[in-house]
Amino acid sequence: MTLADVVQRLELKVLSGSELLEREVTGGYTGDLLSDVMANADTGQVWITLQAHINIVAVGVLRELTGIILIKDRTPDEATLTKAKQENVPILQSDRPAFEISGLLFNLLNE
Amino acid sequence: MHYPRHEFPIKEMDFVRAGEASLQVKKILREMKAENDLVRRATIACYEAEINAVVYGRDGVMSLEVDDEGIYIYVEDKGDGIPDIEQAMMEGFSTATEEIREMGFGAGMGLPNIMKNADEFTISSAVGEGTRLKIIFRSGWTTEEA
Ligand SMILES: Nc1ncnc2c1ncn2[C@@H]1O[C@H](COP(=O)(O)OP(=O)(O)OP(=O)(O)O)[C@@H](O)[C@H]1O
Ligand SMILES: [Mg+2]
Repeated sequence: MTLADVVQRLELKVLSGSELLEREVTGGYTGDLLSDVMANADTGQVWITLQAHINIVAVGVLRELTGIILIKDRTPDEATLTKAKQENVPILQSDRPAFEISGLLFNLLNE
Repeated sequence: MHYPRHEFPIKEMDFVRAGEASLQVKKILREMKAENDLVRRATIACYEAEINAVVYGRDGVMSLEVDDEGIYIYVEDKGDGIPDIEQAMMEGFSTATEEIREMGFGAGMGLPNIMKNADEFTISSAVGEGTRLKIIFRSGWTTEEA
């Protein structure tokens, strides 16, 4: 499944990385503690979080995540989006809470 | 075989740049064709050490040395130091401020995760002077020459 499919099916807004949506999604990880995500998320996964500050981009790059989904309309600042574009980290947004996005993505990936 | 030494600066409370030093180390390891699991373990350890230097260390330096036997990462800072290292190494222990916790740091997982991922980890610290980490990776390390 590509990121584009996930965006469409989960009705996500693309805040950065619209040219990177052909990337493959291998799974997901949900969490707001950066150490936890660093240790436990895996290459190719999307990260579901309420954290919208600039350092999420570093975690995305270092952990080789396919993208980051911000929940409940969390909105990053311009500097974060600029960095995300530079580093090729797609940032997506939803108005739903983490539980719902995680459940929807889980089902989608197991269809 | 001689390998060069690399040094990367770390800036106090600079969350825009935090992670850059780790990314540089990661790029070098990839260029040296280190295997994926080794790169993953080193990346986790570097990021945690770097963030600690950003948050608690008041600037720092990450350096990378490599030889035929392994990868050696040193992270030094001139921060307040750690009064009780045994306590700091415990999972869940953190002195992070409320503001830092709101950013998702301060789970008290950084040092334990360095320990878990490294093949060898030593930390020394002096209150009022600073902290020095030595993180070594050997397993999975093969150089093209070796
Ligand atoms: N370089 C350092 N200088 C001074 N104190 C440090 C340093 N690194 C760690 N500490 C102390 O050790 C504690 C535990 O560090 P650790 O990295 O395990 O957790 P944390 O940084 O609090 O949270 P997390 O890493 O999960 O975001 C810190 O809260 C801090 O008190
Ligand atoms: Mg830490």
